Amino acid sequence: MTVPTLSIKNLHKSFADNQVLKGIDLDAHKGDVISILGASGSGKSTLLRCVNLLETPTSGDILVNGELIEMKQDIKRGAIPASNKQVERIRSRLAMVFQSFNLWSHLSVLENVIEAPVHVLGVPKKEAIVKAEALLQRVGLYERKDYYPGQLSGGQQQRVAIARALAVEPEVMLFDEPTSALDPELVGEVLTVMRDLAEEGRTMLVVTHEMAFARDVSNKVLFLHQGLVEEQGKPEDIFTNPSSERFKQFISTVY
Amino acid sequence: MFALYGYQEIFLEGAWLTLQVALLSLVLSVALGLLAALAKLSHSTILKTIATLYTTIIRGIPDLILMLLIFFGGQLLINDMSYTLNEWLNETITGYYPTHEWTAYLPEYIDISPYFAGIITIGFIFGAYMAETFRGAILSVDKGQLEAATAYGMNKYKRFFRVMFPQMMRHALPGLGNNWLVLLKTTALVSIIGLQDMVKIAGDASGSTQKPFTFYLVVALVFLFYTAVSTSVLKWAERKYSIQTR
Repeated sequence: MTVPTLSIKNLHKSFADNQVLKGIDLDAHKGDVISILGASGSGKSTLLRCVNLLETPTSGDILVNGELIEMKQDIKRGAIPASNKQVERIRSRLAMVFQSFNLWSHLSVLENVIEAPVHVLGVPKKEAIVKAEALLQRVGLYERKDYYPGQLSGGQQQRVAIARALAVEPEVMLFDEPTSALDPELVGEVLTVMRDLAEEGRTMLVVTHEMAFARDVSNKVLFLHQGLVEEQGKPEDIFTNPSSERFKQFISTVY
Repeated sequence: MFALYGYQEIFLEGAWLTLQVALLSLVLSVALGLLAALAKLSHSTILKTIATLYTTIIRGIPDLILMLLIFFGGQLLINDMSYTLNEWLNETITGYYPTHEWTAYLPEYIDISPYFAGIITIGFIFGAYMAETFRGAILSVDKGQLEAATAYGMNKYKRFFRVMFPQMMRHALPGLGNNWLVLLKTTALVSIIGLQDMVKIAGDASGSTQKPFTFYLVVALVFLFYTAVSTSVLKWAERKYSIQTR
């Protein structure tokens, strides 16, 4: 049995008195594309944000390539990372694509893509530029490399954000509702790029409302309800033959 | 160049000095303002309290009074401290070597140069105003921008210098420019602590030539020249930074 690229064990997260995640387990092996579904408030975004510690889990373990992210208890703040260095190193190996793109607005498209490789991973600038240009070529935005994010459409910004994520050669790509902020006619161009990535064997965790993507592209689907995994399995199984009543309802309302 | 009853050269030196004091105070006030703004937004109660006290006190007292207080008070404080330190050093050494003769290890009287006193005072005063400008600017940076920096593994220093700082400056620029104009004009006050800036020279010159209007008019024109140049530089900077926004 190989070590999972990402392993989440009994993850809990509370905000003050509000328990958002109540014990989630998830393993992602190399090449897995896992879609995380759920109604709003089910904790799916929180789960994704706990993986790279944008939210600090209240308890539970996260392992990346078998390496445990060490936590410690702080009197005031509860659980906090034991070593910021470790967390920063692990984050640099997990690339996130945000719902609202979050491209750095003071940097050009090309600068956005080389920022993390050059200033976090220490890749020589020339090398990073060559690679970034190839990535922009790939997402179809090479001609826009000197534009600023504010001059691009939402779909274009999200494709740049995907190029930015690819530039760090991540172990796992985390997508947080990547198409939710887009106009309907722009969703397709982003999903096409994501399909490509899935096909070339990238390990991806995708929080999404795109049922077609979950069904056709991912090899595993997780349905969260009130902070727990309510249903999980291969898409061809659970979409045709859901065991949970809530998931059945969820599919029927979203379709 | 221009004749000013024989005062032209010394007057130009004074005008240059005014500009130096203003620019150096600006550097100091920006540094202090940034620190105070970060302190106000930090989680530490102690830092927050210190920064709030600083901005409240400084902004609540007239500049003129502050300048006099810091100049004379600073003088007293430094000399008291150096006196106490001298005494303490000598006593300690006498404890080990009873034959030790009293020596002034630190100068017995330190005269603060009005040049540095002026810069420190103005920098200190405007640091408080800058703090508010920067605090607002920091708060107006979109949280997602920093979140992306965090998610890509930047530590807090990289996050600040590579994302927060360039983005907040865009929001800070109008307020910063306004503070700079007021700061520039406040340098006129350094003449009261004896610095040979153009205001002091104009005062001396009008006393001996009986032409106060001429001299003060020239001072006014030089200030107007400085502020006009500043305004166009600021306009240019704001345009440059706004290209990148939508």
